[in-house]
Amino acid sequence: MLDWADGLLRSFINPYYYGILVTIGINIILALSLNLVTGFTGQLHLGHAAFMAVGAYTAGLLATKAGVGFAVAVPAAGLAAALAGVVVGLPTLRLRGDYLAIATLGFGEIVRITLLNLDITGGPFGLRGIPRQTNLPIVILAVVIAFAVLRSLVNSRVGRALVAIREDEVAAQTMGIDTTRYKVTAFTVAAFFAGVAGALFAYWFRYLNPSSFGFMVSIELLAMVVFGGLGNLLGSALGAGVMTYLPEFLRTVAPAIAERRLVFYGALLVIVMILRPNGLLGTSSEQGWLEVWLARRRSRPPEARSGAPRHGTPPAAQGGGDGGAA
Amino acid sequence: MFAQQLLNGLVTGSTYALIALGYTMVYGVLQLINFAHGEIYMMGAFTGLLLVTVAKLPFPLALLLAMGSTALLGVVIEFLAYRPLRRSSRLSVLISAIGMSIFVQNVALWIWGPSTRSFLPPFPVTAFTIGSLRTNTLELLTLAVALAMMVGLHLLVTRTKLGKAMRAVAQDRETAALMGVNVNRTIAFTFAIGSSLAAAAGVMVGMLFNAVTPTMGVMPGLKGFVAAVLGGIGHIPGAMVGGLVLGMVEVLGVALLSSQWRDAVAFAILILVLLYRPSGLLGRRTQEKV
Repeated sequence: MLDWADGLLRSFINPYYYGILVTIGINIILALSLNLVTGFTGQLHLGHAAFMAVGAYTAGLLATKAGVGFAVAVPAAGLAAALAGVVVGLPTLRLRGDYLAIATLGFGEIVRITLLNLDITGGPFGLRGIPRQTNLPIVILAVVIAFAVLRSLVNSRVGRALVAIREDEVAAQTMGIDTTRYKVTAFTVAAFFAGVAGALFAYWFRYLNPSSFGFMVSIELLAMVVFGGLGNLLGSALGAGVMTYLPEFLRTVAPAIAERRLVFYGALLVIVMILRPNGLLGTSSEQGWLEVWLARRRSRPPEARSGAPRHGTPPAAQGGGDGGAA
Repeated sequence: MFAQQLLNGLVTGSTYALIALGYTMVYGVLQLINFAHGEIYMMGAFTGLLLVTVAKLPFPLALLLAMGSTALLGVVIEFLAYRPLRRSSRLSVLISAIGMSIFVQNVALWIWGPSTRSFLPPFPVTAFTIGSLRTNTLELLTLAVALAMMVGLHLLVTRTKLGKAMRAVAQDRETAALMGVNVNRTIAFTFAIGSSLAAAAGVMVGMLFNAVTPTMGVMPGLKGFVAAVLGGIGHIPGAMVGGLVLGMVEVLGVALLSSQWRDAVAFAILILVLLYRPSGLLGRRTQEKV
């Protein structure tokens, strides 16, 4: 079935766009799962690429050293990443959110350094000889599964608990939510899907190198989630699609900008947080300057719009939803 | 041999301590991990390098000017990326901080390119031995600069009106404002001081390793944070102790394992501290205020 679909797709998509679509699919899985942690649960996670690396290398090693098949290696990669997620999440998620950011960042570096120094992973020379078994229908299937699982998760009791943690962790705890357990759950599920995405990546590119999973990859994933919208799965898919295709497009039109895209990503992260902290399609109750300004314009009577004196309070002060303890 | 390792660790640790102080001071007044702090350190190293090699300034003047201009950069970053988010959720501010860090680092890459620049000390460096310890004037100068900065900071925080304002804002921002403390100005000063300390560390490390690159801030930035957490985040003497301890433990870890694992040691320490003593070596256990 999948092979037949693949033949059909290949008959009308040229190889260049076929490759871009596979990459977009893999990035969509990564962005969706990162959104579960950062968008829905409100925990800044800066090491998602490391979980992808754990999955990718698990699959790559299983394929090249143990002769394990694709259908076993991909879920195994997800489970290995999920295990890593528990190991990192348990100590850090008990503490206040900021520590997770640094711990995941540090974990990402440890993973990268470990992969560089182990013999079995080929160190800086990378891991070669993985068969190409990922194709577009498989990636689409994986995206659909990831989307369906994450959607039913966020619409369930667990999802509501996660959103409660994002909006006010102390209040959530007061309502009887075991915040650590839910945070670790979200983190583990996200790590699982990142591992699966990593495995698909390994079986597509057939070559793994630690530098493909560096800190900046995690940042690009975060940018996809933030622009698409924190707490909106479709937004993440959209963000991943646009932000994967755009550099490819710019590479031909304006290569200088494509190469320097991180300058713009950095500036955009700051600007989006100030103007609309939810991203384009976000769901949290937090308001930025843009929303406050729009709301103020709408609520003001028409005759007062011209000359009324402005109050000295910063506009953000009006945004009722304050996500954490101020 | 052991003592030699400890001395090396002390030199590295003193630069971690200078970076950690900036993290801990900013965390004290804003409860924010200033992710751009490593980039501030990098910009300090570049400014120092340019002042020494291009402007040909004498070293003490170059160091002071690098500290001053980097302090300004810290204040500008606070003004652009953090002040508009004073009342936003922690997540928004953290994302803004990480955005600022990426922005500054990539602007530096754009301007100066990815290659490593050499930073030769503009004064003669002589090696000598004390007993069986090998060292040189540059290492001793680094220790002296770090020590002078720490003493100066301690006096500033405990003896001056500005220091009192900083402590008041760290304790309770709103009450401090009601007592007539200019909170925004105090926060800006905190960024200025923290950034100038990071710049001093950047200049010294640039010369110690004879290398300055746009990405040099990432690792020391992380380690400075680990040092701050190790000492107890928000606690100024803690950051000094944390930096020195981290530097020495790291050197011992390298001696026991191998140098490739140097960076992993720091993060293993971070995870252990978070597991067993999240308030750090010197910090007090606190309950989150509601």
